[in-house]
Amino acid sequence: MKRIRIVALAAVATALAIPASGAGSSGGLPTAVGPGEGKLTMIAWEGYLDPKWVKPFEKQSGCKVQAKYAGSSDEMVTLMRSGGGGQYDMVSASGDASLRLIYGKDVQPVNVNLVPGWKRFFQAFQNPPNNTVDGKHYGISLQWGPNTLMYNTKKIASAPKSWSALYDPKYKGRITVPNNPIQIADAALYLSKTQPSLGIKDPYELNQKQFDATIDLIKKQRPLVKKYWTLASDEISLFKNGDTWLGASWPFTTGSLLAAKVPVKEVIPKEGATGWLDTWMLSAKTKHPNCAYRWYAYISTPKVQGQQAVTWGETPVNKLACPAMNRLAKGSCTAYHANAPESYYRSIKFWKTPLADCGNGKKDCMDYTKWVSAWNQAIS
Amino acid sequence: MHLGRRLSGVFWRRPWLRGVLLLLPPLAWFLLLYVAALAVLFASAFWTVDPFTTKVVHTWNVDNFREIVTSVEWRRVVLRTIGIAAAVTVTDAILAFPFAYYMARIASPRVRPFLFVLVLLPLWSSYLVRVYAWKVILAQDGILNWSLGKLGLPDANLGYSVTAMWIVFSYIWLPFMILPVYASLERIPHSYLEASRDLGAKGWTTFRRVVLPLALPGVVAGSIFTFSLTLGDYITPTLVGGAGSTFIGNIVYSTGLGVAGNLPFAAAFATIPLLTMAIYLVLAWRTGAFEAL
Repeated sequence: MKRIRIVALAAVATALAIPASGAGSSGGLPTAVGPGEGKLTMIAWEGYLDPKWVKPFEKQSGCKVQAKYAGSSDEMVTLMRSGGGGQYDMVSASGDASLRLIYGKDVQPVNVNLVPGWKRFFQAFQNPPNNTVDGKHYGISLQWGPNTLMYNTKKIASAPKSWSALYDPKYKGRITVPNNPIQIADAALYLSKTQPSLGIKDPYELNQKQFDATIDLIKKQRPLVKKYWTLASDEISLFKNGDTWLGASWPFTTGSLLAAKVPVKEVIPKEGATGWLDTWMLSAKTKHPNCAYRWYAYISTPKVQGQQAVTWGETPVNKLACPAMNRLAKGSCTAYHANAPESYYRSIKFWKTPLADCGNGKKDCMDYTKWVSAWNQAIS
Repeated sequence: MHLGRRLSGVFWRRPWLRGVLLLLPPLAWFLLLYVAALAVLFASAFWTVDPFTTKVVHTWNVDNFREIVTSVEWRRVVLRTIGIAAAVTVTDAILAFPFAYYMARIASPRVRPFLFVLVLLPLWSSYLVRVYAWKVILAQDGILNWSLGKLGLPDANLGYSVTAMWIVFSYIWLPFMILPVYASLERIPHSYLEASRDLGAKGWTTFRRVVLPLALPGVVAGSIFTFSLTLGDYITPTLVGGAGSTFIGNIVYSTGLGVAGNLPFAAAFATIPLLTMAIYLVLAWRTGAFEAL
């Protein structure tokens, strides 16, 4: 009885110490996880807080999850800053939002040693450049996926081998592309292979000349595009109703269309592909850090990783998630490349926020506001 | 009791005080929530954002307006929005007039309520549902192309285009044109028409010289609705528009709330429909449309 009380007291003490970031932490990072604060408010992609895995978490941790779904990376950034920050504890930020949150000081570093599953992550996702800066981990990687080229096999007989299909006047009015400024990187990736004289090395680091050439390509593509889609469900209905025949898409979209018996196929063209990686990030002003760390530990376990991957057609970052995936849907591990060699995902150019400083010391790259403005003008 | 009597005495001697007291709460509400919000919007249009942290920098400049004026693409969005708003207004006026005329002057009192219900019925269901319905109708494998195919005609290919937006807007705002036109037509005294006939005017001349001028304020009143509602919309372009169907509202949404959180630029863009409407309202006021509202 007495021992239990001492343990409880110690737990309370650490719980009190963590938010104050005084005793019990090293370098500002917490060193232990105390009892939950009973609540966790989270901004997430739609469906990322599915009752299937949120309910058991609430039960075992006592942390009640309040979900706020956002439709775009930009909305997530805006929400995290609303009301001076601190309204939300966590956000499932994609790579095109994470650096903005880090440099905007909206999120705080996380002690990865308190997240057991992290050690089982593929190495590339332990410290990817879109959530790890100067060796500090601003969040824990969650899931990833490639941006593929999808086509209707009934309308297009031979599989397109290059992204050039999306710029081909032959398919005028049958093409769909995501309405997202980060899509500029897809055009840049294509140009990096087809016009080597431009010297594009990283599709997220473009100087004025490379940027102008890329935007020109997008402007030429616009008359060929039927619709720029915003939500995955938009693209699904475009393919279902026969409005479009090919487009840039996600494995989730292909899976949903196949389930609806629409004859589609996805390919990664010879130029390679861009991809996205989502990270659970922790607000700099969170009032529920212990619940957040409990969530980190829970969401990184192989079982929950597999559950989310199969539900949303994503690829888990935890190496051990394959058995859990296959138990839920046979063959899903291979289908979503969860057991692919490191070389597979090394070939994918993951989304990251474009910055003016792209490492050459000249700060002559186009930053994200320029991307947004150019994208909106090019497709308007 | 004494106080009450003294107070009513004060109000009796100073009737303006009564007016002020009555108007004060709604006026304060209006100034605080409505005018103040517009003032903040207008002021923030002269700020900019830091490109790195995307936080607002409070230094006064006209960069946002300069960008809107100098960019071909932004000009195209503004002209497209105003052009479609105008096209929708003309279409609705042409569609609404005969219907309103029939309702006001020809239909029997038994039929009239039924026609009213017909006009108002679409407003009972959600705007979103009605736009989605059009999306399904106009899609490639939708009802329209299916019907055309059965008749042996080629596909209309209307889905996700500027034409689709024009059709949907014209449908959605039609009741807002019919009702004011009906109100103005109904108010024309029958004696005017009799007088016109007595003076030897034929049916068409009466319509042209008497009915139309008296109904015009109603049409202008309706056009205020159709024009301003189209001008400010961003949902229909998102749902039924295609590539190159962007409206002013979409730019405000994507640059302001979403992309890069550039609220100052969104505010600058939002002043364009505001100014357009201000000019439109002054012109409408000159035709006496406000009396028909």
